[in-house]
Amino acid sequence: MFDAGLVVAPVLLPFLGAAIALSLRARPAAATACGLATVSLLAVLSTLLFLQAQARPGAIRNVFGGWPQGIGISFSASMPGVAFVLVTALVTLAVSIYALADIGPRRRRAGYDAMMLAMVGAVNGAFLTDDLFNLYVWFELALIAALGLLTLDRRAPQIDAAIRYAAFAMLAATLILVGVGMVYGITGTLHIGSAAKVLANQPPGFATALAAALLLGGFALKSGLAPFHLWLPTSYHTAPISALAAFAGLLTKMGFFALLLIFAGMFGVGRGAPGAAQLVPLFGAIAAMTMLLCVAGALAQTDMRRLLAYHVIAQVGYMMAGLALATREGVAASVFYMFHSIIVQANLFLGAGLIRHATGSWDLTRTGSMVRREPQFAILFAVPVLSLAGIPPFSGFWAKLIVIRESLAGGSAWLGGVALLAGFMTILSMASFWSDACWKSAPGAVRRIPRSGLVAMGLLSSATVAIGLAPQWLWGIALQSAQSLEAGL
Amino acid sequence: MMILYALAGAGIMASALFMVLSRNLVRMLLGLSLLATGTNLLLFLAGRVRSEQPPIIAEGAKTLGEAADPLSQALILTAIVIGFALTVVLAILVLRTWRTASTVDARNVDAAETLGPPKSRDPIDV
Repeated sequence: MFDAGLVVAPVLLPFLGAAIALSLRARPAAATACGLATVSLLAVLSTLLFLQAQARPGAIRNVFGGWPQGIGISFSASMPGVAFVLVTALVTLAVSIYALADIGPRRRRAGYDAMMLAMVGAVNGAFLTDDLFNLYVWFELALIAALGLLTLDRRAPQIDAAIRYAAFAMLAATLILVGVGMVYGITGTLHIGSAAKVLANQPPGFATALAAALLLGGFALKSGLAPFHLWLPTSYHTAPISALAAFAGLLTKMGFFALLLIFAGMFGVGRGAPGAAQLVPLFGAIAAMTMLLCVAGALAQTDMRRLLAYHVIAQVGYMMAGLALATREGVAASVFYMFHSIIVQANLFLGAGLIRHATGSWDLTRTGSMVRREPQFAILFAVPVLSLAGIPPFSGFWAKLIVIRESLAGGSAWLGGVALLAGFMTILSMASFWSDACWKSAPGAVRRIPRSGLVAMGLLSSATVAIGLAPQWLWGIALQSAQSLEAGL
Repeated sequence: MMILYALAGAGIMASALFMVLSRNLVRMLLGLSLLATGTNLLLFLAGRVRSEQPPIIAEGAKTLGEAADPLSQALILTAIVIGFALTVVLAILVLRTWRTASTVDARNVDAAETLGPPKSRDPIDV
């Protein structure tokens, strides 16, 4: 009973918090307190769930309504999901602390707390569910909450961005839904593990390949992979920076998590992918295109939010490269990269928000002087910047190293070469970002930055350093995740 | 019968995709909502249309014999609700654009794409 409750707690708690925050939104201080309390409790429960799941892998599950497994909607605390729930809680906590100074009473009255909590609940739902249709539902819930956050200030650019985002996401959802329907028609079940067993014993057919292609298209659109990447840098940047950090950390990764679940788990890419064998060669091309196009796009930008938005998708390209190798180690490499990327992306956007607060501009040509005026910030900000660039000893170095090592070991040396090239371009982009924002003198006055922002960045930066210093531990978890995805737990 | 349904579903999807590609935002909105309808029809077919008898358990029998798949009907109901919610949200956004920019032509709705001069792109946050 305790276990069954624990596995749904990361979903129920944020929605409960969202309901309370919604009723309190006329009083911004109370709503803030409610949001922060919910997120802190969520962090505790997620840690508990992670420890329980690690002690007894595959044992903690809950099928709603007492239905037999395979018919009822089931949640299970299996490896990559619970670890991502923990990282989500960490990122949400940092964002909530940052939001103390960033999100004012007007935005709180507009429902910031409730929508942020609802989005986190939906993201956690996607990480924990075992059911294909349920996965689709969580994506749609996260989309609606994200649209609310995106249009919080009701400015014309935000409305425009929300239309772009909603149109692309709805199209993706349709592809996903038809794909899910076809998988159900072929296998007679929506439970991912059971569907994997049916698909493994079936000769590959036209319908299976079509279902796989629809699911690939839908989730590639959701996670911003090339050639469906351009909606992201033209819509994300208009959101309030606290919401933007959460989007960058969580939403595209949620899309990639679904790709992992479906292609590594259900179609069994690591086992030769009986159903989706025709699609796997395409993965490498998608990954290479995403990495190169998006890093090149980032090099051309001077607006901090857009520059980082391009990097968000370039990073998804690296994860896709891991999946494209079609080996268990390759899948583990993507899982490792996801952990690193969730934390670093959120941290970079928080840093960009603080630079904006200090210098009054999003444009890199009008920022500067952070080293002189805020040395603590400049050092804290260097951690995610160097980590994204892949400089040792930070987490990004290990993540990139593992992807490149596994590409060489998996016989796709060209993919490793592309990853290396994109890595060099990332170093260039990040070096000019940091020196523009911190070293150069600013054209205007530089304001003090709020301490709560530094605390939030410190939280995420220390996680990045911790991964950098003990990569072996996380690699162990990533291998365990790849194994549990393959076993269909 | 199945092939007829499948063709109808494909026809609806094709018309919907044509409308989504339109530059008129209202037409795009209608296209997306039509797309959801086509999806529901395909979902219905995925569960297979088997029987024309009402789903009632015969006397003495323990299980339902010949009946259409109830699970896909539950899926469609959920998908209708979600599709409706998303259509309403998108309709609000389009209405808002019409009220502020007096246009529903996608070519003129580009506030997010063109950042504008630095002063207007860096509004004071609250």
